Amino acid sequence: MLRIEGLTAEVDGKPILKGIDLEVPAGEVHAIMGPNGSGKSTLSYVLAGREGYEVTGGSATLDGVDLLGMEPEERAAAGVFLAFQYPVELPGVGNANFLRTALNAIRRGKGEAELDAMQFLKQARARLKELQMSEDMLKRGVNVGFSGGEKKRNEVLQMALLRPSLAILDETDSGLDIDALKIVADGVNALRAPDFSALVITHYQRLLDYIVPDKVHVLMQGRIVQTGGPELAKQLEASGYASVQAAA
Amino acid sequence: MPAVAETLDTVQSVTEGTYKWGFETEIEMDFAPKGLNEDTVRFISAQKKEPEWLLEWRLKAFATWQKMQEPRWPAVKYPPIDYQDAYYYAAPKKKDGPKSLDEVDPELLKTYAKLGIPLKEQAILAGVEGAGDSPAEGGRMPIAVDAVFDSVSVATSYKERLAKDGIIFCAISEAVHEHPELVKQYLGTVVPPGDNFYAALNSAVFTDGSFVYIPKGVRCPMELSTYFRINAKSTGQFERTLIIADEGAVVSYLEGCTAPMRDENQLHAAVVELVALDDSQIKYSTVQNWYPGDAEGRGGIYNFVTKRAQCRGKRSKVSWTQVETGSAITWKYPSCVLLGDDSVGEFYSVAITNNHQQADTGTKMIHVGKRTTSTIVSKGISAGKGQNTYRGLVRVAPTASGARNFTQCDSLLIGDQCGAHTVPYIENRNMSAKVEHEATTSRIAEDQLFYCRQRGLSEEDAVGLIVNGFCREVLKELPMEFAVEAQKLLQISLEGSVG
Ligand SMILES: Nc1ncnc2c1ncn2[C@@H]1O[C@H](COP(=O)(O)OP(=O)(O)O)[C@@H](O)[C@H]1O
Ligand SMILES: [Mg+2]
Repeated sequence: MLRIEGLTAEVDGKPILKGIDLEVPAGEVHAIMGPNGSGKSTLSYVLAGREGYEVTGGSATLDGVDLLGMEPEERAAAGVFLAFQYPVELPGVGNANFLRTALNAIRRGKGEAELDAMQFLKQARARLKELQMSEDMLKRGVNVGFSGGEKKRNEVLQMALLRPSLAILDETDSGLDIDALKIVADGVNALRAPDFSALVITHYQRLLDYIVPDKVHVLMQGRIVQTGGPELAKQLEASGYASVQAAA
Repeated sequence: MPAVAETLDTVQSVTEGTYKWGFETEIEMDFAPKGLNEDTVRFISAQKKEPEWLLEWRLKAFATWQKMQEPRWPAVKYPPIDYQDAYYYAAPKKKDGPKSLDEVDPELLKTYAKLGIPLKEQAILAGVEGAGDSPAEGGRMPIAVDAVFDSVSVATSYKERLAKDGIIFCAISEAVHEHPELVKQYLGTVVPPGDNFYAALNSAVFTDGSFVYIPKGVRCPMELSTYFRINAKSTGQFERTLIIADEGAVVSYLEGCTAPMRDENQLHAAVVELVALDDSQIKYSTVQNWYPGDAEGRGGIYNFVTKRAQCRGKRSKVSWTQVETGSAITWKYPSCVLLGDDSVGEFYSVAITNNHQQADTGTKMIHVGKRTTSTIVSKGISAGKGQNTYRGLVRVAPTASGARNFTQCDSLLIGDQCGAHTVPYIENRNMSAKVEHEATTSRIAEDQLFYCRQRGLSEEDAVGLIVNGFCREVLKELPMEFAVEAQKLLQISLEGSVG
């Protein structure tokens, strides 16, 4: 269960998040929608602990554990996973090596035994198969020379392997064709469980046809201005954010 | 190489900023009197019971050295070295050959154990009779090891096995006695005694090192490796290595080094000469981990080394791979003189400078033969207050029609107090030759670090991963066993460089 209360944050001294209240109970998937520049990525970075995203007030806890006091890697070990809006390239670092290092770091953090190369490969292959991805994915450098779609798929693969308890997907669907969109949705749906929750940040209602959210929140100018069921996404798609702004 | 491999495994978890090979061994030693004059040279030569011609050779080198000036052109800074305030010869006191490990000086054994050399190799290195005669167990590819402890080679393993193929792998002091014709024919022909200040010094006072000869058509069945260690206080190490690959021969040679932690600086001035005849190949890999000094820049090894290969034969090939993580100051340019037509020279280098370390390193590729090709890949990493200079020369002689060179120089900066410098010299005197140079400088980006940390990696592991990725093209040139250890070493070298 993710609980955010009165969260305010600034970047370069400029207030971006202006008091966010949000609860995502365990087992639920919530969508966050909102126009460009409204603070969606900022919220995801603040939850993941990125440097430069200064929390000025409020709290955020995952299953009662304070997230905001932890280092990014500690949050990862605590179960927070962020699928990046712009996945980062790591030249010369093999994807398999990266994934295994990450998985083992998180397992260590949780007090679990590390996986050797063979055990890792077995798991990775199983996830690749579920996600209908090619094994080539493992052999390449991390995101280097990947198309936009491949980068997003790589994020989903990482998520599937790391099995977070809170997944934040930041516009993972942007720029994807419908097949890739389904893969992203499958990735999230496969993780659905009573102890898993997700925040799906998106511009488009179409992703929510495949990942049916329990709730939809509208973020505008650093505040959640409206919350509703899946039908809210459809309404936004039809009449735009202006209608919400007017209502808010 | 096991000496490095297993040591590293045991030191993975240690605390930041400490050098894990910094212990000192208490062993009874024979020293030459402190200082450097003709008598020192005579003393060393006499200790080694050298033939007259070699003593003459040394004395000539010494006379040359006395007229030479220390080079001032490298981009490194250090106080003047007092060459009279050092020992030029230190050797463990020789006892009769022990019959079993129980009889070996326990301090020597402890040293090997700490360095991570497996017991079997320990027995061989400690000179236990008969220990090196049977092949390694478990089908593991054996690695023949020569260990040089301060001034002397203490033992060489797998000699008998190698002798079956006619391969000579022994201490150079031994080769002087056992194979004088080969030593006389090749010593100083690649790096002449008067080549430079440190080469002249080395020629006068070199104490030991490895000698390798691979006969015609023989592919050496195992990696050959030498393990260098400076142990004694105020002692310089001047080793000399000579490798000859006869026609069609193939050999891969590894070199590893460590030294105790001391507040004073110690001088290491080695000379390595490689000779490659027709169709032969020499691969020479170094993982240099001399003590770099402490975080404030006190102590550490001055690593002033001359390494050069002559590709004398047609289609011969020499490949240098180096991972330079240690030393307070590194000054070295492993080079290839490409004489034979169609000969090939390669240089793959990773040099790390952290804290107050300084490195001025690179290569020289001298194209003389037709269609000679050379490849240079240099990866410099600077952290802390480290200064890293790549200095490279590509010279194409008028005779070298169709010669080609490709140079790639990448620098990675960690933090804002370090420096990276690239100094390429290109002298092309043949219109048909093609010389290409690419250079980049980058920093570890904040988004790369955050991406890794979001995936659970600590900041240091993230830096290690990114640095290893940056060095991948070089690390993949190392023999397998070495590559894994080199990766860990890179990470250890950068401990404390972020955050
Ligand atoms: N690193 C940054 N430096 C300066 N301003 C930033 C930075 N990141 C975000 N902002 C600003 O914060 C606001 C919210 O941005 P963001 O969270 O990326 O919005 P969204 O993801 O909803 O499009 C924007 O006005 C943007 O310009
Ligand atoms: Mg965004």
